[in-house]
Amino acid sequence: MAPLADYLILSGVLFSIGAAGVFVRRNLITILLSIEIMLNAVNLTFVAFGRALGAVDGQIIVFFVMTVAAAEAAVGLAIVISLFRHRESLNPDTFTNLKW
Amino acid sequence: MTPLLFGQIVLTLFVFVALLSSAAVMVYMERKVAAMLQQRLGPYLVGPKGLLQPFADVIKLMFKEELRPLAADPFLFALAPIISACAAFAAFAVVPFGAETTIFGWIPEGLRLQVADVNVAVLVIFAIASMSVYGIVLAGWSSNSKYSLLGGLRSSAQMISYELSYGLALASVLLVANSLSLTDIVNHQAGTWLGFIPKWFVVVQPVGFLIYMTAGIAETNRAPFDFPEAEQELVAGYHTEYSSMSFAMFFLAEYINMVTVSAVATDLFLGGWHGPFLPASLGWIWFLAKVGAILFFYIWMRWTLPRYRYDQLMRFGWKVLLPLAVINLLVTAAGVLYLGA
Amino acid sequence: MAPEALFYVFGAVAVIASLAVIGQRNPIYSVLLLIASFGALSGLYVLLDAPFVAVIQIIVYAGAIMVLFLFVVMLLNAPHEDTDYDERVHPLLRPGPMRFGAALAVALLAELGWALTRGETGDFGTASVPSVAAIGRALFTDYAFAFEVTSVLILVAMVGAVVLARRDAPGGR
Repeated sequence: MAPLADYLILSGVLFSIGAAGVFVRRNLITILLSIEIMLNAVNLTFVAFGRALGAVDGQIIVFFVMTVAAAEAAVGLAIVISLFRHRESLNPDTFTNLKW
Repeated sequence: MTPLLFGQIVLTLFVFVALLSSAAVMVYMERKVAAMLQQRLGPYLVGPKGLLQPFADVIKLMFKEELRPLAADPFLFALAPIISACAAFAAFAVVPFGAETTIFGWIPEGLRLQVADVNVAVLVIFAIASMSVYGIVLAGWSSNSKYSLLGGLRSSAQMISYELSYGLALASVLLVANSLSLTDIVNHQAGTWLGFIPKWFVVVQPVGFLIYMTAGIAETNRAPFDFPEAEQELVAGYHTEYSSMSFAMFFLAEYINMVTVSAVATDLFLGGWHGPFLPASLGWIWFLAKVGAILFFYIWMRWTLPRYRYDQLMRFGWKVLLPLAVINLLVTAAGVLYLGA
Repeated sequence: MAPEALFYVFGAVAVIASLAVIGQRNPIYSVLLLIASFGALSGLYVLLDAPFVAVIQIIVYAGAIMVLFLFVVMLLNAPHEDTDYDERVHPLLRPGPMRFGAALAVALLAELGWALTRGETGDFGTASVPSVAAIGRALFTDYAFAFEVTSVLILVAMVGAVVLARRDAPGGR
């Protein structure tokens, strides 16, 4: 089995990729996808440490993170749909005015 | 290469070939049973009693021209039937279809008649059922045609809606059986009460069985829930633009999904391979008989019941089946708590 | 066959798929690549002796959340980002991303180098592997409150999503 450090490095790399996606891409859906990548990287860290410590809490927290991610994706996508209907664009740079 | 490993490899190949043949048999049975229900003959020209009809169908499908619409996305168009077929085969990998057998003492440890023995088998089946949605929705989208898109979206929305009731029916069985492994669940159902009532879970969970079968029929897009691929309404739904082997893949995937749902229903509710007169090592005969009975029921349903309209179908799934499944789960949980399983 | 090799295979698939997700122009391909990445992560969970989490990952993430994303992408049908920049240049090669990306890459490499000098944390011990029953027990006893709150959260999210995505009735709300 690969050492714990390898799993953590993989998780760090995935998190960075997700963070890069959030900052760099100008498409709301791709930004939401990058957030999901970040959440998955965190899940991997939790499960890896849970296994290393022999605790069941790692897996339980992953369970909760997944549930929260599902809820957040649902509401986030609903907001994206609602925004798209008003401006016909998925580029976050077009939503710069507070006035509707 | 120990005998066990060799046996497992042979078993995997055998299951693959058996699933393919079961699709062929299903093609023939569907047409013959439909004919019987409609008081006509069905295929009778190709081979004795029409038994070579599936071969004729396969040869016809292989020789047709493979078309792709010009505006279709080529990668997704090719990927969709692959996802459907792969998910269909993969789901059967965790279904046990017989007791542990030593094949006349050649394999001392006993070969489990299950391609992959995982201890979360029930969840794996559910997971792969969720993945098969992608084949359909990608087929609908990539064909770039309005019939396909509508059919694909409707079909996938139907599948994800009925997945909830499917999962809750599974959960009720898990409460009674106390294990996620299909082999354990089947072994719980050995034996009889009072000498003649088998300890099958259908006796303990009749409502759960009905919910599971209804959700299973909806999941596999079969009548009376086959509006998305109804010939009269939508040309052919998500596989309108497919021809030849790609269409054969969808066809195959649908039949293998039916076989998987029937096999899982047999394992969960009808006692798997346990039966009165045969020894445990020949239990797979009982398994085949039970799966055959459920498949007959499937075909019978298709050619007897009228089709649900799409909004009726969705309303049924969310407003009738899901509350019923939840209530079933609650009653089961109360029963397990107070009666001590 | 060795779990070591499998770790590298799954890890490579996850990283390459994630890179492709942020690099793809077409959002449908991004969603499908992310599903592939989730599949690889599920394999990693199996390697970490967490089969329940692995299967739940497929059911919830790859099977439900990504279907939602796919439906929304198909509904909106806006395949390209329209920015003020030149359309022909790939999104990751435009000046803003290049500068930011370079800075981020340098920071990441520095961090990785630092992490690798910290010394090995060593292999996983032979700590006990929790069974699904243990997960269930802990979930409903120690984490029961969080469980109930999560169910309320899902209800709120469901209602919120329906309300937010609803079209306004003709003639105002």
